[in-house]
Amino acid sequence: MNLYETLRHFADSWGLLALALVFLAIVLWAFRPGSKRAYRDQADIPFKYDPEDRNRE
Amino acid sequence: MELVNPFVLLPIAAAAFFAAGYAHDAQFAAHMGLISLLALGLSVWRVATMDPARPVPALAASPAQTRPGMPYYMDGPIRYGTVATVFWGIVGFLVGVLIAAQLAWPDLNLEPYLNFSRLRPLHTSGVIFAFGGNALIATSFYIVQRTTAARLFGGNLAWFVFWGYQLFIVLAATGYLMGVTQSKEYAEPEWYIDIWLTIVWVAYLVVFLGTLVRRKEPHIYVANWFFLAFIVTIALLHVVNNLAVPVSFLGSKSYPAFSGVQDALVQWWYGHNAVGFFLTAGFLGMMYYFIPKQVNRPVYSYRLSIVHFWSLIFMYIWAGPHHLHYTALPDWAQTLGMVFSVMLWMPSWGGMINGLMTLSGAWDKLRTDPVLRMLVIAVAFYGMATFEGPMMSIKAVNSLSHYTDWTIGHVHSGALGWNGMITFGAIYYLVPRLWNTNGLYSLRLVNWHFWLATIGIVLYAASMWVAGITQGLMWREYDAEGYLVWSFAETVAAMNPFYVIRMLGGLLYLVGGLLMAFNVWRTIRSAAPAAHPVGVVQPAE
Repeated sequence: MNLYETLRHFADSWGLLALALVFLAIVLWAFRPGSKRAYRDQADIPFKYDPEDRNRE
Repeated sequence: MELVNPFVLLPIAAAAFFAAGYAHDAQFAAHMGLISLLALGLSVWRVATMDPARPVPALAASPAQTRPGMPYYMDGPIRYGTVATVFWGIVGFLVGVLIAAQLAWPDLNLEPYLNFSRLRPLHTSGVIFAFGGNALIATSFYIVQRTTAARLFGGNLAWFVFWGYQLFIVLAATGYLMGVTQSKEYAEPEWYIDIWLTIVWVAYLVVFLGTLVRRKEPHIYVANWFFLAFIVTIALLHVVNNLAVPVSFLGSKSYPAFSGVQDALVQWWYGHNAVGFFLTAGFLGMMYYFIPKQVNRPVYSYRLSIVHFWSLIFMYIWAGPHHLHYTALPDWAQTLGMVFSVMLWMPSWGGMINGLMTLSGAWDKLRTDPVLRMLVIAVAFYGMATFEGPMMSIKAVNSLSHYTDWTIGHVHSGALGWNGMITFGAIYYLVPRLWNTNGLYSLRLVNWHFWLATIGIVLYAASMWVAGITQGLMWREYDAEGYLVWSFAETVAAMNPFYVIRMLGGLLYLVGGLLMAFNVWRTIRSAAPAAHPVGVVQPAE
């Protein structure tokens, strides 16, 4: 097999599997238990360091 | 290191002078002459304004930055970037209206400098890279500081990024008019301009990454992820797609490293990911900051924003081959491009829903806040364009739409609707804050801008749908004997009324942009004199 064929076979077998698994792991990680609280804090970041938001709530 | 310094500038001026003298073509000579003059002028100005008795003054901080307990943000390059965004936007829209008029009335083609083929890249680069690029640089610098609580890294490097990027724009734009092009769509600038952009872009990455590294907030807010993905991916795309061998080191012409279908694939891997990472990821960074700020409530779902980011990153990079349906590209690659384009619909709409739902419980603000309305219609157009795009990437649909004006309509509903509107919203948000004024000069003008732009986009997109589908159907119509029913010239003539409507739509959009420029100018003028005067050259300390 030449280089093109080798790379192509790698890309649509192990490469595809690895990327799909990494992606799945990231999505599962995003839904990990206890993340809700962290996300609530992180979503508030734009309001934490802006002078005009000092008086917010 | 101080770059605006005669010891740095004069050798550059001399080298560029000799490069101009020994140049192999007039265009290269003109560009090198321009660089030589710029370097010479800057060093003369530097010496003339130097006052040895006085130490170099530090940039004055605007009052908002010096409040006790708040970090000291670097806003100078952001102010300049905001004004540059408005300026290049007007230039880009104007050239767009002009070339739209040239298509409707071909007599407007003025040979050789102002014909359609030279002005068209000027328009696309002007709106994407000059208008959009300045908006991205300015907003990313603004947002990264205010979500990490850190001052921009690298000191004057941020100024280098701003001015270096303007030089890139000027070289690219003047090059197009003189006929300097490597004929790659959205990557027209020749090798020496590409090298310069690479240097500027690496500096941009250093400023952005350095600021992230010294952040005081432990978590990196999602908008910064989008900006970082945009900067890194554009660097990669730009370098690979522009691999070329110059014919001479003192000439503007070069030949690409790839040829044939490989070249086409690399070009559209670049081209579509320029859409995906320049016009989408970067502008999503704006969405995830300015919409929450303008509504004054956090983004609807931070978890969704993370899933949005990773799915966008994982999928977009494969979508490019849909630009090459029914070409010499292997069939499997075409199908791959189509499948990933259709899958992209999910993260795109996830992001749109996330942006729109941020307003839940505050929808009433849309009635009273024209700036918010601008940001929200941008997201609505994002949703429309990212629905239309996957549909057009399906091979059966593409066989009708490809090479027709439908494609141009699609691009503009995304570019005018999504990129343009969110940038206008960001500018209206930024200007009063950057110049510390008491709000905008006129909210009524913002409202006018909103409606002019929206009606302009509707005219543009609708006329191009009709034009494109008409074209596609005329091209494929056979008679009973198997002959084509229409000659190509007949299909061109049929487009004329739609081209006129399109030009009118663009004109409305340009008028809206002019109202914005006026509004921004009056807002800045109303600022307290202590604020930075704009348009006056400022030492780049």
